[in-house]
Amino acid sequence: MKPFVLVTVIAVTSILAGYFWGSHQTDPSLVLPNQVEQGVDYDQASLEGVLRAALPPNPDGTVWQVREGESIQRAVALAAPGDTVLVFPGEYHESVYIDKDHIYLVGVIDEGSRATLNGRGVLNDAILYSGNSIVIENFEIKNYKGNAIMGQAGNNFEIRNNLIIDSGVYGIFPQLGQNGVVTHNVISGIADAAIYVGMSDNIHVAHNEVFDSVAGIEIENSRYAVVENNYVHDNTGGVLAFITPGLPIKTTEHVIIRNNFIVNNNHPNFGAPGSTVAGIPAGTGILIMAADDVVIEDNIISGNKTAGVIITDHDNAPNTTLDPESDPVPDRVVLLDNFMINNGYDTIADVQALMLTEFKTGLVDIVSVGRNRDSCILNPGRYHVVGLGDYDRCSVTTSANLANYLLAEPVQERPVEDFKLGEIAYLGVCSGCHTYNGRMIGPPVVVIQALYENNPEGLADYIANPRKIRPDYPEMPPQSYLSEETRRAVAEYMLKIDQPSH
Amino acid sequence: MKPTSSRTNALAVVFALVMSTASAEFSLSERCPPSFRLSESNTCELQSLYFMYGSIQNQGIGGTQTNLPHFNDGYTPQQIDLGRYLFFDPILSVDGSMSCASCHQPDRGFSDGQSRSIGLNGQTLQRSAPSLWNVGFSQRLFWDARSTRLEAQALEPLFHENEMGNTPQQLLQTLKHNANYRALFRTAFPASSDITVDDLAIALSAFQSSLISLNSRYDAYAHGDHSALSEQEIQGLNVFRSFVARCSECHTPPLFSNNQIAVIGVAERTGETLDVGAERTFNSRKLRGGFKVPNLRNITLTAPYMHAGQKQTLEEVVEFYSRGRGNELDDSDERQLHWHITQPDLTTDEIAAVVAFLGALTDETMKPITPSTVPSGLPLVHDNLGSDRP
Ligand code: HEC
Ligand code: HEC
Ligand code: HEC
Repeated sequence: MKPFVLVTVIAVTSILAGYFWGSHQTDPSLVLPNQVEQGVDYDQASLEGVLRAALPPNPDGTVWQVREGESIQRAVALAAPGDTVLVFPGEYHESVYIDKDHIYLVGVIDEGSRATLNGRGVLNDAILYSGNSIVIENFEIKNYKGNAIMGQAGNNFEIRNNLIIDSGVYGIFPQLGQNGVVTHNVISGIADAAIYVGMSDNIHVAHNEVFDSVAGIEIENSRYAVVENNYVHDNTGGVLAFITPGLPIKTTEHVIIRNNFIVNNNHPNFGAPGSTVAGIPAGTGILIMAADDVVIEDNIISGNKTAGVIITDHDNAPNTTLDPESDPVPDRVVLLDNFMINNGYDTIADVQALMLTEFKTGLVDIVSVGRNRDSCILNPGRYHVVGLGDYDRCSVTTSANLANYLLAEPVQERPVEDFKLGEIAYLGVCSGCHTYNGRMIGPPVVVIQALYENNPEGLADYIANPRKIRPDYPEMPPQSYLSEETRRAVAEYMLKIDQPSH
Repeated sequence: MKPTSSRTNALAVVFALVMSTASAEFSLSERCPPSFRLSESNTCELQSLYFMYGSIQNQGIGGTQTNLPHFNDGYTPQQIDLGRYLFFDPILSVDGSMSCASCHQPDRGFSDGQSRSIGLNGQTLQRSAPSLWNVGFSQRLFWDARSTRLEAQALEPLFHENEMGNTPQQLLQTLKHNANYRALFRTAFPASSDITVDDLAIALSAFQSSLISLNSRYDAYAHGDHSALSEQEIQGLNVFRSFVARCSECHTPPLFSNNQIAVIGVAERTGETLDVGAERTFNSRKLRGGFKVPNLRNITLTAPYMHAGQKQTLEEVVEFYSRGRGNELDDSDERQLHWHITQPDLTTDEIAAVVAFLGALTDETMKPITPSTVPSGLPLVHDNLGSDRP
């Protein structure tokens, strides 16, 4: 059975091509993707009951179809916010970048075959996005040199149901984003972290299978993250919550790691020299480095040969740099009940040395190294522990009252009030060339006011597509990067100026 | 401080005479520079389209549509304009031979085209002059991040024996002897009864903070006009932010710096000793050879590159990164290289694309006007005079 009922193709493309590309570079040899009306079938069928962080697709938006031999990037370029790009099964050899908001990039799975992005060992990243409300689903991604899916400051993202094999440095790497979910992905063979949440807030990582990678799931310099219900096995280290010093975001706090299977993470370390993960001893289930307010609960942690859980400060961690602005000490690590068995059966010399100071030998489930503030453990008697001398008994017993740290509403995309929009655009851009009553690069505002009195639309149109008018002035560069709303606001602002500002 | 030579003292007397006869009329602007809004309390506040966006923990680092980092604004229009005169006025140097603009020339991206700047009496300094574009956003100043405030920073070159070679006493004396400056400082600092070094530093910072460059073609792309960059430049952007080259991990938009320190392992020129950089500032071996990550706006204007101008062109810079971790260091070198310095092995196409992309970061629309005369009456001394905008 096909997972999606596809809607019929309605319109084809030559008119659209003229419309979208007429004024820009046109390459007629490129095949344009088909355009279909957005259908309800796909959305409601696949998104019901699913944890959401992005805006829903625009019900009147367009669905762009891409088939093998066509370019996904081409469709992304044509798509408007709220549109969906559907990619049919087949092999695609490209890097896709999304520098716009609110795009659903969705692979079609047909009788088990997926849309496969294959970097063939020569392309850098498979999918790179910087927009907000980006959804990436159902792809197979392999053989890229950089990352499979990377976000750079996109908020409200959803990355799910992707199969990522042997692809570069990170499998899924949302960076500098707020409010996002990473769920139901299967990722293996990654030289750093299979899933790496970097410098991000309000993140949910759940129901993923990550294996054969150096790190399974890494939460780094991030806040408010839940990592739950994942199957993390056969990596060098399973789940990590880190502060890496030297990054511009300085803290990791409020991380809940619960209900995961963290099993047999004994893979030899193949991390790049100098990388933080290159210092992780093979056989580490969970590693907490300098992070604060971390809860570890109801995980099954077994067969990790160095230790089930390692908690360390920066002074005892290899490869960290100096950063006076980051606190090297983990605070308030909360170890609730977990099922731990057969960990630390072949541990490293450092841990053995620590065990000796407590006259212990044999297995080790939990080890705490270096400084630590106000951490606790609920039932220490259940585990083989070392270095937990100053841990209190926890007063809480569960984190279950918190479902996730996602925001109730997507992050607001434009914090500027409307009335200021005209001002920031005028002062931030136009004022370099226009002044109230003097000649700069462009003509004085008073002259423009006389020409466009009561005609802000005319002015807004002109700046989107300026014509050469005055022989004694240079050409004005187009301001088409300003949204329609901003152009209108700046036009109104310019027409109201009654004194010089600069 | 080394005592100044008798020659320079004698010169200083001559300048004092020149100054007291200076007659031009100078007044200070009551308006903010472009890109700033005048507040009701008579301060200039930065305005930018980037204010439309948010940024994680308000750090001003991210992707295409990310707000700017904290900015050092709040100066009055008068302080900014006074700073502009001071910046170009050779009266600040002990012998009237140099202004700030000698090493921070408006036409060279507020740098000087030298590998390492040339100071007083032709002395070569240890490092190159950084661009001052967008310096008001910097939380760390100087290559080795040894200063955190523009105000404190400005005093260093003034009173450094090899730079402008002045002393606070002598500088104050010359300024106080000058009727123009007495009047201008009174206007800019009505609460101060006399010219002070602190006020001088504030004025210089005020002017430098007005050097805003945020309207390049890249910015047009970032705000949403994807035709603002050529295909090659977009390819370059994608290599730049890829996890193969990883440039944007350190040179993070929107300013193309993450304001951190990194050890990237550029060798000094043959025969030069190692510049330990941030090791000294933070007293840590881990930062040996570390420098602050420079912002890359207007980068095509400021060759040569790196802390001592080791790289002549942007191609050379990108090739350096491409060749990989430690390629200029010998095995005995103990620097702890940054984890994002890897082995990108970029193709020649990719290198050309990155260089093309860096070229799209140029924007001088807010370039300030170089005064045609300065309050001291001394002739302007920096290069490229007259090619500035009228
Ligand atoms: C890089 C310099 C530059 C910038 C930035 C700039 N302009 Fe202009 N502008 C010009 C020049 C030059 C002209 C004169 C063009 C001509 O007459 O051919 C002009 C002309 C105009 C006109 C006159 C059109 C007419 O019908 O005569 C308007 C209106 C205008 N600009 C608005 C704006 C607005 C609004 C902004 C900011 C969003 C802006 N400009 C930014 C340089 C600039
Ligand atoms: C002789 C050349 C020279 C003169 C004159 C000079 N500078 Fe500099 N400037 C430099 C050099 C070289 C550096 C870098 C020094 C370092 O990092 O150790 C520098 C650094 C700076 C910085 C730090 C920028 C950054 O991004 O870290 C600022 C700001 C600055 N100068 C402002 C000024 C001001 C204001 C004046 C005039 C009072 C001035 N300079 C005069 C050469 C000069
Ligand atoms: C690990 C952080 C880091 C990465 C990654 C990085 N840089 Fe840099 N970059 C720096 C630092 C630090 C300096 C200054 C080093 C020095 O002067 O010795 C610098 C200097 C530069 C300069 C010279 C700036 C000037 O004003 O002289 C350019 C250009 C540059 N980098 C471009 C790039 C490009 C292109 C890439 C990707 C191929 C890149 N950088 C990757 C940290 C980084």
